Amino acid sequence: MNLHTLGAAVLATCIGLLSPGPALAAGDEVVIGDLDDMSGVYADVMGAGGIEAINLAIHDFGGTVLGKKITLLTADHQNKPDIGASKFREWADQNGLNMLLGGSNTGVNIAMAKVAAAKKVPLFHIGPGGASLTNQDCTAYSVHYVYDTTALANGTATAIVAAGGKSWFYLTADYAFGTQLQDAASKVVEAHGGKNVGAVRVPLGAADFSSFLLQAQGSGAQVLGLANAGTDFSNSLKAANEFGITKTMKPAALLAFLSDIHSLTLKTAQGLYLTTGWYWDLNAETRAFAKRYFARMNKEPTMDQAGAYSATLTYLKAVKAAGTTDSDKVMAELKKVKINDMFAKGGYIRADGAMIHDMYVMQVKSPQELKYPWDYYKLVKTMNGEEAFGPITGLCPLAPKK
Amino acid sequence: MSETFGIPVAVILGQLTLGLVNGSFYALLSLGLAVIFGLMGVVNFAHGAFYTLGAFAALLGLQYFGVNYWAALVLAPLAVGLVGVIVERLFLRHLYQLDPLYGLLLTFGLALIVEGSLHQVFGASGQSYPVPDSLSGVLNLHFMFLPLYRAWVIVASVVACFGTWFIIERTSLGASLRAATENAPLLQAFGVNVPLLKAATYGGGVALAALAGVLASPVVLVNSHMGTSLVIVVFAVVVIGGMGSILGAIVTGLALGVIEGFTKVIYPEASNIVVFIIMALVLMIRPAGLFGKD
Repeated sequence: MNLHTLGAAVLATCIGLLSPGPALAAGDEVVIGDLDDMSGVYADVMGAGGIEAINLAIHDFGGTVLGKKITLLTADHQNKPDIGASKFREWADQNGLNMLLGGSNTGVNIAMAKVAAAKKVPLFHIGPGGASLTNQDCTAYSVHYVYDTTALANGTATAIVAAGGKSWFYLTADYAFGTQLQDAASKVVEAHGGKNVGAVRVPLGAADFSSFLLQAQGSGAQVLGLANAGTDFSNSLKAANEFGITKTMKPAALLAFLSDIHSLTLKTAQGLYLTTGWYWDLNAETRAFAKRYFARMNKEPTMDQAGAYSATLTYLKAVKAAGTTDSDKVMAELKKVKINDMFAKGGYIRADGAMIHDMYVMQVKSPQELKYPWDYYKLVKTMNGEEAFGPITGLCPLAPKK
Repeated sequence: MSETFGIPVAVILGQLTLGLVNGSFYALLSLGLAVIFGLMGVVNFAHGAFYTLGAFAALLGLQYFGVNYWAALVLAPLAVGLVGVIVERLFLRHLYQLDPLYGLLLTFGLALIVEGSLHQVFGASGQSYPVPDSLSGVLNLHFMFLPLYRAWVIVASVVACFGTWFIIERTSLGASLRAATENAPLLQAFGVNVPLLKAATYGGGVALAALAGVLASPVVLVNSHMGTSLVIVVFAVVVIGGMGSILGAIVTGLALGVIEGFTKVIYPEASNIVVFIIMALVLMIRPAGLFGKD
């Protein structure tokens, strides 16, 4: 029992009692919702920065579409699937919600996908990793926008096996995302002639990782696959460094965000391989967006924040092209267009909802290589979308039958 | 390699050592809670927040004033302890007459405010605090390589715990503190400043939490949530040891760290609930806790 939940619930009830009923009748505005972790472990990955990015996109689009004002609703799902689903349902029923984005948590996003299907509201998954969102948990209204576990594994695991890291031991976060990430990486390692020596499932938010790391070291594997994220990832890598495990094992970040590397500092994170859907310092366009974002948030955007900006624009463009906010028509339009902006070049939304775009395998720079603030990654390889996200699996009923 | 119950002896020794390191944090934190509950009857739910504040005090001291680790080890608990004294004078003292639930609610609210504010200012992802140079080596224990800093955590924590135990159980100051719990008006009649004593007790308990925070800052990333889940485990430790039992808190803290460490090898998925399972068992068999008086 988490007492914070109790406190938050009391607070939420108080706020609920104060706020007026549905603000505006549906129809005279286009309503976008952002439901995400605003106060927990993923809050720096999307959180307030994500809201800023979405607002930037609405501003850049001109603030209106089809002559209607674009409104943004935001809420904190506190990493709880029930809160995510019920808030989504509430917005759809009472606030005329036209599109939802965000999530950052595979468990919550799976719950929200069910609401998207029931309420027929397009849902752009921003931030959750689980590839199940475009497989067994896919819906006709889902788009998985930034990255997924398949793409992460294809990027990082392939690069490390190719560099000689043949035997793997995994430190896996014990929930849907961690196990999906481990499964995806294991398949890639085997497919490339490597072997999976073992894994330890670590409860989410463990206070200390050293016991698990000693087990990893005892396995004799060459590679330490970190199938976790956020604070868990940072604390496990920090402890691996402290115990000298990174001297005998090569750490592989199966998911790391720019904000994690910033926390860890280059001294701890240097040499780490990771895969990202976007990086602020890739080209002139990404830098231009990052500069505007930095002016507002005083940090560089993560791939999720950049993805939220791009997803908002992509949706609004589709509404404009379809001439309606009707979900089926907008989804049909979305699956027709090519996405070309600062986030993706030639990106497209596949039948199963996966947004197929280039992914980047990066290596974290050493402190000596840092030339200016936030200059953290060097590009190892650009993977095209088909290579990164792999073929359509057929687990999603929407996928064309082979 | 020799084995016991199918587990290599080196692994057992390694997990035992790491368990002691984690147990040291549990012991320090549960000790502060036990002092505050035992001597004041306050269920201090803000303990995790004070632990976090201790870590932030060390981090910000280093970043803005160049206060090194050793100075922070003294200054951060002092500063946070002072905050504790202010909290006691401003809020807590008005609640002594009431049900302990009011103190719990007050400190719980305080914890939300402190953690929420830190989150607002510093974000969620945390910052690194460097291990001091003099403690950055690695000890070869033959069965494992133990970072020198972790060994230091055990030493520092054991010294702080038994120092506190000594003050409370073996000095005249401690005798006054215990007397204040038994019969405050009588003690006051002897000319002892009881309100000051209570404020100092709360400040002292809170300073122990801050000390644990400083000790933890080079081990984990310093962030606004670092105390949130820890405080719940530590409450379980106190319940198992016996609410208010000083020695019980120390011994139980260390022992549970070790048990948790072995769980991480035998069945890792259960490592975050094993403490609560033990708590449930203890409550069934000895509701006052292992070291508590009925």
